[in-house]
Amino acid sequence: MENYLSLFETYDVPAAFWVNIQLSFWAAIWALAIGTVLALFRISPIPSLQWFGAAYVNIFRNTPLTIILAFGFLGLFSVMQISLADELDVSLFRIAIVGLALYHAAFACEAIRSGVNTVPLGQAEAARAIGLSFLPAARLIILPQAFRGAIAPLGNVLIALIKNSTVAAAGSVATEASGLMKTMIEFRSDLVIPIFLTFALGFVILVIPIGLLTTWASRKLAVAR
Amino acid sequence: MSAQQVLFDAPGPRARRNILIGNIVGVLIVLGILAWVVSALADKGQLAASMWTPFLESRTWEFFILPGLGNTLKAAGIAIVTSVVFGLLFGVGRLSHVAPIRWVAGVVVEFLRAVPVLLMMIFFWLALGSSGAVKPQDAPLIAVVVALTLYNGSVIAELVRSGVYGLPKGQREAGMAIGLTRNQSLRSIEVPQALIAMLPALISQFVVILKDSALGFIITYPELLQYTRRLGVGEGNVIPSLIVAAAIFIAINFALSTLATRLSVLLSFRTKGRRPAAKEALAMDAAST
Repeated sequence: MENYLSLFETYDVPAAFWVNIQLSFWAAIWALAIGTVLALFRISPIPSLQWFGAAYVNIFRNTPLTIILAFGFLGLFSVMQISLADELDVSLFRIAIVGLALYHAAFACEAIRSGVNTVPLGQAEAARAIGLSFLPAARLIILPQAFRGAIAPLGNVLIALIKNSTVAAAGSVATEASGLMKTMIEFRSDLVIPIFLTFALGFVILVIPIGLLTTWASRKLAVAR
Repeated sequence: MSAQQVLFDAPGPRARRNILIGNIVGVLIVLGILAWVVSALADKGQLAASMWTPFLESRTWEFFILPGLGNTLKAAGIAIVTSVVFGLLFGVGRLSHVAPIRWVAGVVVEFLRAVPVLLMMIFFWLALGSSGAVKPQDAPLIAVVVALTLYNGSVIAELVRSGVYGLPKGQREAGMAIGLTRNQSLRSIEVPQALIAMLPALISQFVVILKDSALGFIITYPELLQYTRRLGVGEGNVIPSLIVAAAIFIAINFALSTLATRLSVLLSFRTKGRRPAAKEALAMDAAST
């Protein structure tokens, strides 16, 4: 037990989780923004934009996240020498955020589209009947209802995003949870199981409240019909 | 609102003109983005022929891409079989009328679904490697398969459960009426039907397994990404190599996804009138790596 507690003096576990939370937070915001635009593209009357939205979703949804993040590090950072900040670690951190956001945007788009599918036909017809064209109808009538219908799937995307933020290790954000866990196990192989359970529990604590919260919110905010 | 065309009117002459203009602007923007990417790549010499010619040589395929793809498919293939077995066991466990079995299965499934696959992979990799229970060179493959099985098996368990819940009550009642026990009715009447209803979601989960097998890259399992990275380092063409690896994954996964969509349309006739359990579950966990 003392052995176990001494781990927390040597290694800063909360700080590693804080890195994952930050990664997830920024990636979630970007993914939601990009996903919304993509969803708009996919339901818009303009064929080229529909096509672009569908192509984006199909490409990013079918690529392993590991490849995207490895590409960010090996390709964008090492070969292309793209840097998003002056310091090295901040730059890698931001590249990981971009990778996570681009990947999850495809899923956010599909979640919002499934929300659009919960909006009854009559709503769109009514919007047209009072003379709204596509963009005002989408902004005022369809999307507000679609978001309320999409809370549960968006919550699932957020949960997946938090768990997937560990893959940033492939993008060389070594300070995040899975990287720290690896280091800790390598140095303290006598405590493999307690270390793993600590990290696993950390994610359970992060993820389960979000699941409960989004389930509650999706019921509370569901449009009564 | 599945017919999304109702979002806008049948276009008149003016709307047609606006759509045409929007279309042209859209094409220009997409082309602009593409041109920017291409010129950035060309600036760094990534589009030079020497970067891409290795993919025309047979030794590249023989020594890098095919062995890598083979290992990826091996890990994913084993994991698909074991996850389905795991999922059936725990899915039926969660439906059991013996409360302790139900609770244990529930806690296990909820726990495994909340833990990142990568954490499990790293744990099994290092734990197996240091315990000496398996040969060191086998540890990565076993870790990949076990981690994928535990996570995806739990998701499949949830699919089984929601599939059975989606069945009409009459199915179980009919089973009871002909004298089956609850377990027998579950095994021979409800689960088989649930399996068919959840087939599209199951195939989507196979896509997730295939994608997640690339996590093996991080724990030194020599799968496709690992091999293409080695190729890229050796030939000095990391970006083209990663693009080829991604294209292979996209092609396989796209084929599987298309199959899933086709099946769900086909099966919607067969399972008509039920709660669309498969569809709901499809959205449930689609975003995992």
